[in-house]
Amino acid sequence: MDCMVTGGHVKVLATAIHSLSRIGEDLYLQPQEDELALRTVNSSHSAYACFLFSPPFFQQYSSCKSPTFHCKMAIKCVQAVFRSLSSLEKMVERCRIQLNSEKSRLTFTLHCKHGLLKTHNLSIQDCESLQAVFNKESCANVLRAQPRLLVETVLHFPTSVEEVSVSVSSERVCFRNHVEEEAEQSKAVLTELSLSAKEFEQFTVGCPGRVTFCLKEMRGLLMFAESSGLPVSLHFDEPGRPVILSLTESVLEVNFVLATLSEDSHLCNHFNNSTECHQNPALLPDDFMNDDIDSYLIAMETSELASGGSGCPPTLPRKASMGQLRARASSEGEEEEEEEEEEMRRPPNEKFRSLFFGSMLPTSSQATNQTLRTQEVLASDSENEEEDSSF
Amino acid sequence: MPLSTQSEAGDERYVLVASLDNVRNLSNILKAITFKDHALFNATPNGLKVTVEDSKCLQANAFIQAEIFQEFTIQEDSVSFQVNLTVLLDCLTIFGGSTTPGVTTALRMCYNGYGYPLTLFLEEGGVVTVCKINTEEPEDPIDFEFCSTNVTNKVILQSDSLREAFSELDMTSEILQITMSPSQPYFRLSTFGNSGNAHYDYPKDSDMMELFQCTKTQTNRYKMSLLKPSTKALALSCKVSVRTDTRGFLSLQYLVRNDDGQICFVEYYCCPDEEVEEE
Repeated sequence: MDCMVTGGHVKVLATAIHSLSRIGEDLYLQPQEDELALRTVNSSHSAYACFLFSPPFFQQYSSCKSPTFHCKMAIKCVQAVFRSLSSLEKMVERCRIQLNSEKSRLTFTLHCKHGLLKTHNLSIQDCESLQAVFNKESCANVLRAQPRLLVETVLHFPTSVEEVSVSVSSERVCFRNHVEEEAEQSKAVLTELSLSAKEFEQFTVGCPGRVTFCLKEMRGLLMFAESSGLPVSLHFDEPGRPVILSLTESVLEVNFVLATLSEDSHLCNHFNNSTECHQNPALLPDDFMNDDIDSYLIAMETSELASGGSGCPPTLPRKASMGQLRARASSEGEEEEEEEEEEMRRPPNEKFRSLFFGSMLPTSSQATNQTLRTQEVLASDSENEEEDSSF
Repeated sequence: MPLSTQSEAGDERYVLVASLDNVRNLSNILKAITFKDHALFNATPNGLKVTVEDSKCLQANAFIQAEIFQEFTIQEDSVSFQVNLTVLLDCLTIFGGSTTPGVTTALRMCYNGYGYPLTLFLEEGGVVTVCKINTEEPEDPIDFEFCSTNVTNKVILQSDSLREAFSELDMTSEILQITMSPSQPYFRLSTFGNSGNAHYDYPKDSDMMELFQCTKTQTNRYKMSLLKPSTKALALSCKVSVRTDTRGFLSLQYLVRNDDGQICFVEYYCCPDEEVEEE
């Protein structure tokens, strides 16, 4: 790979790196013929971020000889290349990125004012591709706004606030800091901001309700959005299903996929009401459970199938997906029960489920199962080479 | 000036009296060499030289010429004493070291001779603080024998450009390698850290390069931990002269302009870390 970034695009690239560094520790780089992908995932695999730069973003772009080349490196090392975002615009005239796969080295050359040349040779590691599979179009709720609006909204939450709940109705959206149920309500500080639909460029609510997700990653995206001035779209529907924050421009696409909290309050109410759970019993095959697949993903599929793929009508039971699974596990008394119970004992903030699961790949080999075929993989992290070779 | 009338009667018994209208002209430059507690003060009729050393490998000197002081009276050819620099700086900034324009702390610094404390009279807004700092036995500073006739390579750069490089240096690298050469890469700073290596190249015809006198290609490594304190001087300075001698010793001279536009110098000497194999 050999590419050149010039002028203001250097800052865009640098801001993207800084934005990704808010999420994960490794930067996954995949130079392809039609785009350069920079991705990361957080340590608990509950947040995934991806920047796709198309060739016109670069003054010059040539991808790798091998179209399937992937590599990763510590993101803070790349961040060090673009340490000062403020001076970057003034100082750096162009940036060349070269990949030497034989030497496992990625070279950033910054051509700065006054002839100063900065060369950073970073060591890279081979890795499998990191790719989350998600579908923004299937989300019932889409809110699009100028970054300023969201930045100013988030500004009201102190940095100690980890999670934010977003509830939407047809006219309003409300941002509120999430207070764990165990926490003493009387001592907790509640901050709530209500925004009118008029403030948004797009305000489509097909599935009114509330989702809770981590603020930290959203701040990371907003940092980039604010700097680039591009409108931010929020795609989401029911609790437990991911929220997707995205920015799109002709030469650039940004997607942040964040896990949302499953709603335990709903769980309690519906725990014994297993009718919903048995709505589609065939859709929850036992080998699925053995596969330790993140339960909400299964439920996501079941609900989609239940709704006949027609999006997410409000009539659809919006109850927390995990509840369905747990109810099922306990009612059938299977050996997964223990596992499920263990999950229930976890502190609430760990309920952001992984967006990735290594065991997803075998699904292709088990394609005889109809459910598995229809199962949409939200994200796959094919670190396991053995599984990969089974293709 | 309440200070000047107050202690005039006893001035004759002091071997050294130095007065400043703005104490920042002294405290700022002392901050540029604060990396160890003990500082050797040597006063001559030309002015004040303050020396700080580390590990017998690094020496920093700050020169404050007699002209910087509103009053500089010395009874002997040379007066030396050692004090705790951190304590001295605490005293000099005892009024908070305000940077508000028009608000300055005045200083009168007196020394009575061997065995006596260093006495500071500080005044701001009519409030006077008197500080007495015990002096220590002065130790002889190391002579780095860095002599301008042995200088192989020398560049003078505007500090701005070097400041940026130093602020971005990979601190996971144990050493900073400096290459100076009459041919490419002319002047190069390199680090070798956990994540890989990085090079900063300054061409000899850069606007930032005020002087380029390199006669022989030289590559030397210096301990990052030793050089790190020099960034304080770099931050204050407007120009820096980088020199290496035949032995690979490094001299960094910083030209510092104070609040009143006067010029002072800070100088760092550093031993090379190890011999680099010729490539």
